[in-house]
Amino acid sequence: MMAEEKYTPQTWPADPEKQTLEGRNKFIGFWLFLGGETVLFASLFATYLALKNKGTHVTTNELFSLPLVFVMTMLLLTSSLTSVYAIYHMKNFHFKKMQFWFFITVLLGATFLALEIYEFYHYVHEFDFGFTSSAFSGAYYTLVGTHGAHVLFGLGWITALIIRNAKRGLSLYNAPKYYVASLYWHFIDVVWVFIFTVVYLLGKVG
Amino acid sequence: MENNSVHRTSVEYRRKKSAKEMRNQFLTFILMIFFTVISFVSVAYNDLFPSNFVAPFILLLAGIQVIFQLYYFMHASHKGHEMPMFFMYSGVFAAFLTILAFLTIVWW
Amino acid sequence: MSSIAEKRSVGAVLWEYLTTVDHKKIAHLYLFGGGFFFLLGGIEALLIRIQLLKPQFGFMSEETFNEMFTMHGTTMIFLAAMPLLFALMNAVVPLQIGARDVAFPFLNSLGFWLFFFGGVFLNLAWIFGDAPDAGWTSYASLSLFSEGHGIDYYTLGLQISGFGTLISGINFLVTIINMRAPGMTFMRMPMLTWTTFIASSLILFAFPPLTASIFFLMFDRLFTTNFFDVTAGGNTIIWEHFFWIFGHPEVYILILPSFGIFSEIISTFSRKRLFGYSSMVFATILIGFLGFMVWAHHMFTTGLGNVANAIFAVATMAIAVPTGIKIFNWLLTMWGGSIKITVPMLYALGFIPSFVIGGVTGVMQGIAPLDYQLHDTYFIVAHFHYVIVGGVVFALLAGAHFYWPKMFGTMLSERLGYITFVLFFIGFHLTFFIQHFLGLWGMPRRVATFLSGQGLDMGNFISSIGAFMMGIAIVIMLVNIVITTVKNQKVGNDPWEDGRTMEWALESPPVYYNFKQTPFVRGIDTYWIEKMEGNKGLTPAEPLDDIHMPNNTIMPVIISLGLFIAAFGMMYNPMNQVGDGKPWAIPVLIIGLCITFGTMLIRSIKDDHGYHIPKEELMNDKHKGGIAS
Repeated sequence: MMAEEKYTPQTWPADPEKQTLEGRNKFIGFWLFLGGETVLFASLFATYLALKNKGTHVTTNELFSLPLVFVMTMLLLTSSLTSVYAIYHMKNFHFKKMQFWFFITVLLGATFLALEIYEFYHYVHEFDFGFTSSAFSGAYYTLVGTHGAHVLFGLGWITALIIRNAKRGLSLYNAPKYYVASLYWHFIDVVWVFIFTVVYLLGKVG
Repeated sequence: MENNSVHRTSVEYRRKKSAKEMRNQFLTFILMIFFTVISFVSVAYNDLFPSNFVAPFILLLAGIQVIFQLYYFMHASHKGHEMPMFFMYSGVFAAFLTILAFLTIVWW
Repeated sequence: MSSIAEKRSVGAVLWEYLTTVDHKKIAHLYLFGGGFFFLLGGIEALLIRIQLLKPQFGFMSEETFNEMFTMHGTTMIFLAAMPLLFALMNAVVPLQIGARDVAFPFLNSLGFWLFFFGGVFLNLAWIFGDAPDAGWTSYASLSLFSEGHGIDYYTLGLQISGFGTLISGINFLVTIINMRAPGMTFMRMPMLTWTTFIASSLILFAFPPLTASIFFLMFDRLFTTNFFDVTAGGNTIIWEHFFWIFGHPEVYILILPSFGIFSEIISTFSRKRLFGYSSMVFATILIGFLGFMVWAHHMFTTGLGNVANAIFAVATMAIAVPTGIKIFNWLLTMWGGSIKITVPMLYALGFIPSFVIGGVTGVMQGIAPLDYQLHDTYFIVAHFHYVIVGGVVFALLAGAHFYWPKMFGTMLSERLGYITFVLFFIGFHLTFFIQHFLGLWGMPRRVATFLSGQGLDMGNFISSIGAFMMGIAIVIMLVNIVITTVKNQKVGNDPWEDGRTMEWALESPPVYYNFKQTPFVRGIDTYWIEKMEGNKGLTPAEPLDDIHMPNNTIMPVIISLGLFIAAFGMMYNPMNQVGDGKPWAIPVLIIGLCITFGTMLIRSIKDDHGYHIPKEELMNDKHKGGIAS
């Protein structure tokens, strides 16, 4: 059927992610899911704001260090751009280039995650600031940790896509999968923009 | 699908169009990096700026970055995104009410 | 079930239901699953009413009473009402919009199995000793101090079934957005489809806050975090807010599809187009929108402050306006119609006054100062039973009678249906009307007994008698179902003779691919239009061609089972608050999660393109699939 058909750059459609009904369903369904995720993260943010600096021996001002957060932010923002590149090459039917840029995205994401794990380790060992230390620490780790878990899931997802499709190239069957994965990755970045602003920067201001 | 009727010229036209879009996206990226740097700087040197200015200012920058992500990186400006955007904004509305409530009517 | 199905072995049928991705079969699963929990919740209700039959009756201990009303509420809302509505939505909505299935058949099945395993997990609490006992709202200050693992069954079970609900919600939204037949514009969609659409968007935005807060409660109890522990800076009001930010839209998630069912029934049996269709749609959207801004009316006595109370009071009363629009539209649909009294129509007629009573008491409670008097009394119990039983349960019973032929191909007995209705209707009012007064006379809710000589004896006695009448009514309905199934008299496409929407153009039950050719929609009440023009079926929108179908799969069961197993590991982890951590807990948790995520990985790397029914086979098929030729 259409989904398994072989394409050339000339015959490849402009919106490969929306050519099949399955693709269109994935596209809408995933956006709706992101709408729900927005409310989920809002709930975590709301809790964080309500419990900020409550019951803790170490406040945001003493805890956070901006240079590390800045590096993490740059990594994640750049990974957002590389996944845009990947989708650009998907639309131009450059399978190899698309795979390459998704691979770079995964590398950047993995570095981000490694730094986040280091950050948490640092807080636990240097500040004795664990998950169960206080209401504030619980809210902090739940918010930032949920974001980290999303990054981890995204890494696994994109890696699986890269490996699974390495030998068979682009088709209308897997194009929507790549497209949706890139939407997910951008959403992770959106959440991070609020995390670095609301949690880290405002933690230093107040 | 009318694959065979697609001419070479239309492919080139499309490529030019998406190359142009790509340039816009790169520009967006540069702006986002710029905004991020401004946010960090304004907080790092917070003895220079009053904090009741910095807080709304960096929140505004974050808001602009999110708009950039949605409309340029996630292609929400393209056709066919009416329904997704309707639901995203409904989600943002519910999110806003939740955060507003937690900033105002949760006992301290 | 068709004649072919009956010849197969029990094992084959069971396997078919475990692996099915067909929305019509999943509807059956939801009906059986939800029906089972409905009976369970009903038995719990009867036990509660036995305890309250007379003053200081020692039928059960106070602890058991707490567990009983907690499980009654939780079961009825999460495991009975919602799944039963999902049963009707699954059975009908794809047919109403001219689709061959839902958008994500795999996720549809996953949604059911998550709900089912979550529900089973929650009810295992009865078998293993400690049932949840902090009320269905499970307010954090109370639930943190609940002994034993009861609350953990609540959090883990609801978390699992909540994922299932969220998945089903997204599935219905995408189905309605993308899978409508040519010509089926949004403003031609039947009301049940519209209300499903709005209820699903409420699910999408209301369940994430519940997920978040259940995680907090779970972490507090199982990993000793401090979200709600005031001594470590926590705040119990957070739980109340989140629960009601979810909980208030939840009541609209229940009532909107019920409105949809009644809209279909009333217009069918008035043999008249629904009066004010576009205002009905508008009212539905408005109720959904306002539903997110009123949650704090459950918390007037929490002490949020006068400004907050005033805002939420006004917003609450505003909801009476779109609801009133709906009531008048139903009345005006019947006005001048050629009304045919059937069992579903009787429920609809009973619903309107009953629901209005529930709505009026709701506005009374919306008045914040008055709510200080009414809060936590039986007046509240009477109110929400009037809306949930008088609205949702009536709709479920009406819908079950109305759509039974479409789901199973047989007609429930009218005579027994009338008896069920009369008993249930009288029993319902007997049970709950007097509870308004019990509340006003000062009887608090959630208290295991009362003293004699305070004027509460007779009221409670009447209430209990009513509850038993409802119980008998449900038993008669079960007998009706058994008799009908045994008789197995098949009916035609349009057994009510006045079907208006597309599902009535199909066989009862529809063939597995629903529509042989995608139908063409020319207006509201598609099938009615075709009938009025003398057509025997729907107008096709496309020539006969191969039909693409999804493959059956067992994976949803395995994914859900993995979470079910992981939940035990989670509950007995060494850090849990109860202090009975087990060495096997962490391995079990990991194994469970590996099963779930491993199956998801297999699902994503193993291609599943489905299969095609060839055109030749369709031409020889004796089923018409909705098309006249």
